[in-house]
Amino acid sequence: MILLDRVTKTYGKHATPALDRISVHVEPKEFVIVVGQSGAGKTTLLRLLTREEKPSSGKIIVGGIDYDKLRDRDIPLLRRKIGVVFQDFKLLPNRTVFENVAFALEIVGMGNYEIRHTVPKVLDIVNLRGKEKRMPYELSGGERQRVAIARAIVRQPKILIADEPTGNLDPKHAWDVINVLEKINRYGTTVLLTTHNQEIVNKLKRRVVTIEHGHIASDRASASYKI
Amino acid sequence: MNRKMITLSRIIKTGMVNFVRNAWLAIAAMAVMVVTLTIVLFSLITNATFANTIAQITDKIDISVYLKDDITAKDRTKLVENLKGLPNVKAVTYLSKDQVLENYKKQNAGNEALLSAVSSTDNPLPATIQVKPRDLNKIQDIKDYLSKPDNLKLQSDDPSYSGDRKAAIDKITHATNILRQVGIFAVLMFTIISVLIIFNTIQMTIFNRRDELTIMRLLGASTWYIRGPFVVENIIYGIFSAIMSIVLIKILFMLASSALQASSLGLLDINYAATYFNAHLFVLLTIQLGVGILIGAASSIVATRRYLKFKTK
Repeated sequence: MILLDRVTKTYGKHATPALDRISVHVEPKEFVIVVGQSGAGKTTLLRLLTREEKPSSGKIIVGGIDYDKLRDRDIPLLRRKIGVVFQDFKLLPNRTVFENVAFALEIVGMGNYEIRHTVPKVLDIVNLRGKEKRMPYELSGGERQRVAIARAIVRQPKILIADEPTGNLDPKHAWDVINVLEKINRYGTTVLLTTHNQEIVNKLKRRVVTIEHGHIASDRASASYKI
Repeated sequence: MNRKMITLSRIIKTGMVNFVRNAWLAIAAMAVMVVTLTIVLFSLITNATFANTIAQITDKIDISVYLKDDITAKDRTKLVENLKGLPNVKAVTYLSKDQVLENYKKQNAGNEALLSAVSSTDNPLPATIQVKPRDLNKIQDIKDYLSKPDNLKLQSDDPSYSGDRKAAIDKITHATNILRQVGIFAVLMFTIISVLIIFNTIQMTIFNRRDELTIMRLLGASTWYIRGPFVVENIIYGIFSAIMSIVLIKILFMLASSALQASSLGLLDINYAATYFNAHLFVLLTIQLGVGILIGAASSIVATRRYLKFKTK
């Protein structure tokens, strides 16, 4: 589903690489946790997958799409196949909760009737029923995070990338989010999760990829993690 | 509805919703557009008014050809017809001795001394052909024609463009030419300045919302799905501003006609300007709408471009 082959990303000409010859292979329906300290290269890895950045060298293939052969005008089509929960949410500031989630469906051309039916169901999953008409600035950090999650899963993507989705949440809400991720993983979505939360990693008992200084330090199934 | 129609209707709807939600930004941007479009409109009207004043002055200028008393009707008719045939001649009027006398009496009514000098039995005034040129700059060909020996024979005196009046005509011609050029230059200048100011304003409003653009890009929205609403929004600015500028000028004219009793400020004939404005309302509105919509659309396309680019390195 996701294949990175000796991928290197260097910002600027003579800097040390943010990622240095990284190779990872993720099977369909897998649940992978990426851990590592701040600045280790986790976010760079995710930005490469969404084609926000281009690798300096190496090969990336996601969902059968070879990024080397991807034309600029097809990048939107690629991004529609991947659901992303951004670390800083990236909600549209001038749109309501409902509109933010609906936007993900509007851009793929879904009809209004379908959108009106789909969005409330997803808002139910993330416990945001009744807040459809709020604007992002009226929400708490945790609520914004859940809007971002709702938006990422509403298209039922084959791949979900979640960058620190529990970062701003208290333990209870953090587990709610993790439960949502596990649930859509059970329905067949490949999940790539980055986190700092040791407890979550240890309880999930999933494959853990540890990145240190741009290298893969370890890649183990059902691993635990210590900071 | 198919997908394209859904998308199009969404783009238009989003543009309108954004217009309402960004009301303050919209008002600020439109205020700038209204002011600049009004200046363009004002310079257009002023230019037309100057052109009219110039036309009126040049219309009053004609060349008088004085005929000998003894020429035959046939020679006279031939001369009139030939003059009409010249390319730079707009109109030719023949005045008989009696008509010239009549005009002279009207012009000098009340001046007994001048009136007593002429009478119908002893009329010293020559029959006259008045020639109106199309273009004052090119009266040389009329002069040349009148100076031909055959034609000179028919004339009692030199045509009246020569001497004192020639200098006056030349001065007016020179002045009107400069005025015309200044007018066109002013219209062009104001239009260019307006375009730049409006473009800058729109670029700033889009700069304010660049985060929105990049977010939409990350979620996989196509270029036109992101750009479309901005284009729609700016076209709405353009339409509102064009109408506002017309209304503003209309109000100005209404105030001017009631408050300023004077119908003319030097070369600027306010009455004519108002008439011109009312008569060409539709054309002017179309020009304003065209300029407003075009600048709005073009600026938003250019301004959004940089935020929609993909990384190539």
